[in-house]
Amino acid sequence: MPTFLREARLKRQTVLDLLFRNMTRFAAFTVLALLAAIIGSLVVGSMPAIHAFGFGFLTSSEWNPVTDEYGALIPIVGTLITSGIALLIAIPVSFGIAIFLTELSPSWLRRPLGIAVELLAGIPSIIYGMWGLFIFAPLFADHVEPWLNDHIGTWPLLGPFFSGPPMGIGMLTAGIILAIMVIPFIASVMRDVFDVVPTMLKESAYGLGSTTWEVMWKVVLPYTKIGVVGGIMLGLGRALGETMAVTFVIGNAHEFNKSLLMPGNSISSALANEFAEAVGELYTSSLIELGLILFFITFVVLSLARLMLYKLAQREGHGA
Amino acid sequence: MSYLYARRRIVNTVSLGISVLAMLFGLFWLGWILLTLLEYGLPGLGAHVFTQTTPPPGSTGGLINAIFGSIMMVTIAVLIGTPIGILAGTYLAEFGQRGWLAPLTRFINDILLSAPSIVIGLFVYEIYVIKVGHFAGWGGAFALSILVVPVVIRTTENMLRLVPNSLREAAAALGAPQWKVISFVTLRAARAGILTGILLAVARISGETAPLLFTALNNQFWSSNMNQPMANLPVVIFQFAMSPYQDWQSLAWTGALLITLSVLTLNIVARVMFRQKSTNQ
Repeated sequence: MPTFLREARLKRQTVLDLLFRNMTRFAAFTVLALLAAIIGSLVVGSMPAIHAFGFGFLTSSEWNPVTDEYGALIPIVGTLITSGIALLIAIPVSFGIAIFLTELSPSWLRRPLGIAVELLAGIPSIIYGMWGLFIFAPLFADHVEPWLNDHIGTWPLLGPFFSGPPMGIGMLTAGIILAIMVIPFIASVMRDVFDVVPTMLKESAYGLGSTTWEVMWKVVLPYTKIGVVGGIMLGLGRALGETMAVTFVIGNAHEFNKSLLMPGNSISSALANEFAEAVGELYTSSLIELGLILFFITFVVLSLARLMLYKLAQREGHGA
Repeated sequence: MSYLYARRRIVNTVSLGISVLAMLFGLFWLGWILLTLLEYGLPGLGAHVFTQTTPPPGSTGGLINAIFGSIMMVTIAVLIGTPIGILAGTYLAEFGQRGWLAPLTRFINDILLSAPSIVIGLFVYEIYVIKVGHFAGWGGAFALSILVVPVVIRTTENMLRLVPNSLREAAAALGAPQWKVISFVTLRAARAGILTGILLAVARISGETAPLLFTALNNQFWSSNMNQPMANLPVVIFQFAMSPYQDWQSLAWTGALLITLSVLTLNIVARVMFRQKSTNQ
């Protein structure tokens, strides 16, 4: 082959290389652009509401399409309360599942059980919602809520939170269903971080005569603390933004109730219920501002979660 | 001394017992939900579900327009999202050693992975639905494609990192330029893993309802026009389940059964496929 031809071919490959690299770089850049576009469009969309209500939007519990006055307090509080209930239930259960999967389960059972937990995560959220509304809520109203009323409802401090008509739908139901939904996320992160603990560390503790529980509680958990908290935050991020399951069972009432058995509202369910039918610029824009608030909260929570998980991964790298 | 031992042993037994209970607790919900779906969804399952369109209240019908709409939107979403995801994942794994773009993208991508999908719906509403002035199937497909990208990026990067460096070096030593090394050697070696990622992305978006509520909305009739509001399974399930009509609700259960079965099957297929691939190596 003549030299000039070979050089031309070489040159072509260099150009193709450059093209390929920039194509992939452009795709990576798209992700950043997407985030900027999401934030930008939400800010632009919520401008009318920001102008009209200012910071008062965050602290007002008004929500009245007739007088065109809106405040985000009730949905924000509802979102935080339901997610809080979810975490209270999900954290211990996920910890138990992770211990079972890493330490107790016979190895032939580990994989099927792992898949089962992940299937629980795979069930679409609308299915949880339907099941919650038609199956879980009636049972809850008939059997659990009267009991809560009679037993915890009479306590001095906690009482008011657990008394009220047994309707089945409400913040507590939403929280419980959210818990079932985030358990698989938290459990699988916990299992993964427990797996990074060096076997030698665990075996040393066993060698000193520790019980399985002591190894988990005093060796594995302290070692993986950051990762565990990261996993919990990841679950929290999921719970905060979860829409359909909550929409079915929370009751969608724009009012404050001390009782967790009463209907409430969350940011995402307010959006799902009202956005498509919202008329008027201010109404739409207030809903978009709700979305912006939701995005902001989940963004912060998920960022913290990721930073913690990265930290654990880094430490593992140094230790090895 | 023996008191201490007894106490430790009891604490151990009790807490491990609780851990077994926690595992059963998790499985219990999975079993209960699946049984409910079968109980309420199976009776309504028949050929008419796949041949007739969604009925007005009080008459019989099926879900064919919704199934078709869902398949259309999911397919288009995957066609849009996958190339971007694979390219970006390739950048993160192959070119991302230096500079600020790769770490930042990785971080943002991990956040988008679990960002609330309803916000994505709002975003597409803002930039697309308002501009064209009506709800449309394209909007639904765009919203879903935004959910596909992070999943594909994540798995592509992870799978490319599993490819041994000696493979890249061997190809480079034969004189292959980098784009050839990556597209004909590395990406090909990671093929099964990347396919797993795409399947998981399909499973994820097939059941997504929230981003479709303000984008594709719904359509009572058969429509294959992506520029019009388009029926899709999740939103039909939502509207029918929330309706007071008995026959709509039972159709919603049937739809729920269909969607759950397909999502879970996809999940299992993806995992089994990836496992075969990793045991082969």
